[in-house]
Amino acid sequence: MHTATQPIDNGVNVTALLGAREVLSQAPAAARFTWRAHCDWVRGTHSRIAVEDFHGLGETQRHRSRSTFEADHPEVFAAEDHGPTPVEYVLVGLAACLTAGVAAVAQHRDIQLHSVKATVEGDMDIQGILGMDPDVRNGFDDIRVMFEIDADASRADIEALVAQSQKRSAVYDLLTNPTHVKVAVK
Amino acid sequence: MSAGHQRPLHRPARVVTTVVIGAGHAGLAMSHHLAQRGIDHVLLERGEVANAWRNERWESLRLLTPNWQCRLPGQAYAGPEPEGFMGMAELIAFLDDYARGLSAPLHTGTVVKTVWPADGGYRVVTDRGDWRCRAVVIATGACQLPAVPAMAAALPPWVESLTPHAYRRPEQLPPGGVLVVGASATGVQLADEIQRSGRPVTLAVGEHLRMPRRYRGRDIQWWLEHAGMLDQRFDEVDDLARARRQPSPQLLGSVEPQDLDLNALSERGVRLVGRLAGLAGTRLQFSGSLAMHATAADLKLVRLLENLDAWAIAHDWHDALPAPEPLPSTRVPQRPCLGLDLAGGEIRTVLWATGFKPDFSWLDAPVFDARGRLRHDGGVVAPGLYAMGLPFMRRRKSGAIHGADDDARDLSLHLAGWLARAGHRHGSFA
Repeated sequence: MHTATQPIDNGVNVTALLGAREVLSQAPAAARFTWRAHCDWVRGTHSRIAVEDFHGLGETQRHRSRSTFEADHPEVFAAEDHGPTPVEYVLVGLAACLTAGVAAVAQHRDIQLHSVKATVEGDMDIQGILGMDPDVRNGFDDIRVMFEIDADASRADIEALVAQSQKRSAVYDLLTNPTHVKVAVK
Repeated sequence: MSAGHQRPLHRPARVVTTVVIGAGHAGLAMSHHLAQRGIDHVLLERGEVANAWRNERWESLRLLTPNWQCRLPGQAYAGPEPEGFMGMAELIAFLDDYARGLSAPLHTGTVVKTVWPADGGYRVVTDRGDWRCRAVVIATGACQLPAVPAMAAALPPWVESLTPHAYRRPEQLPPGGVLVVGASATGVQLADEIQRSGRPVTLAVGEHLRMPRRYRGRDIQWWLEHAGMLDQRFDEVDDLARARRQPSPQLLGSVEPQDLDLNALSERGVRLVGRLAGLAGTRLQFSGSLAMHATAADLKLVRLLENLDAWAIAHDWHDALPAPEPLPSTRVPQRPCLGLDLAGGEIRTVLWATGFKPDFSWLDAPVFDARGRLRHDGGVVAPGLYAMGLPFMRRRKSGAIHGADDDARDLSLHLAGWLARAGHRHGSFA
């Protein structure tokens, strides 16, 4: 797999992750997390989303700092384009989740990474969201992720990294499996 | 697990050192080893010898292990077809014959109602009287209950829903489409048989284990056994929980050896879809992960065959065998079906090949984890309480018929030690 005598360092603390797995197996209730985003409409199709707190390990947790995201639509949609579209954020989430997974699995399998690049593309027929054709779905009908990975490992080992990362990815699961979604008005 | 069981304190009971519950291959193998150690015991069996094989298997089923590998302690296969695969009748005869050679009393038609720790040993309550004993061996099987997802209850009434325990032959199903859920050994075999019967099959595929029937001129089981993989011990693997969850390999026992992977099924017209992820109203939802699962299985298969090739080179088999043959990758549809409306009438039957689990509902002892699974350390459950035949219990082969010999030898030794120690200090249940 690798011949280097240096310790593998992809910057992922696998020991801590495995420790957490062990602890949570004794306290499964603490493993239930709720992630949260707060969205404010600004104007037109422009809105601003903030992410700060979430629930996990039995109590409210806070990120080290509050992150805000602008979301809008491009000018070809007759919008003002103050930020990426919501579906682009989904692609951001998928790319980031799979890439984090690749790093974590590589660390666990003693594979030194040098670079990981991913290009994510999602295809969509906008006749769905424009209400033109009821047979066309609103969301992506195809998503492609292309990884370019430089690592001290064989091609088969790198492919196995990517496969395992998909198997353990939350966002991959979100996109490939249905989820109960309830939307209400307070 | 214990709610509702009555615990009468004084009731006449027969006394024996050890009770073995279940007279399938695992219980019979344990009986052999207990007798070898001079430990008196009885075998309690709810039905007849090999009960599950008689009553809970489909008609065309054959073992996935070749006959030469189908062996019990002190009894190897001696028939004319060592490379063949036993059907159910042959297997039942094999086990019957073995049971006749055992020395222990066999109580058939005896249903165990409850077992609980008592008097430095155990109380075993059956529908034909009670037993007091120092030790109990649970050999009731790992596949007693089909594991069916909750959504099965929400299927519309016009769709037949059944498990592999109830399935016998394709003709029992209504004409029309069949959805087989699960692509491990059971799922692929039933998908194949039902598709051949003229009922169009859709197969929902999640994580699976692809394996060729033969590789380089030898049965895959020959490779796994000779390379020592089946002897791998439970305390030698990195992630035992995962190893125990591993699905059964996509294999078929048949008169002529043949592969039964997803490519073979597609060629016969079976439609492949992703894992069955949900049922919304009458609409089945399939995961978009089919390609990922197929790729992962292909990668694992390549790694396995490379390891077998390396073993062949290291052990002077390489030159004696035909050259390695690369296997084609699994072909999956470019855009597999993600949803299917049962209201359309295309699917008339859903067959849940979604796995099995053991039934320990009669065991009234604090030996279960938070999810109701039996806690055990290589088959040692509690002082004087043992299990047999669970997946990867002590070795990778623990779930197979030929895996029972070594496990029963180890556990009977442990059991003998428990009896010797408990004899001194009248041991109590920890």
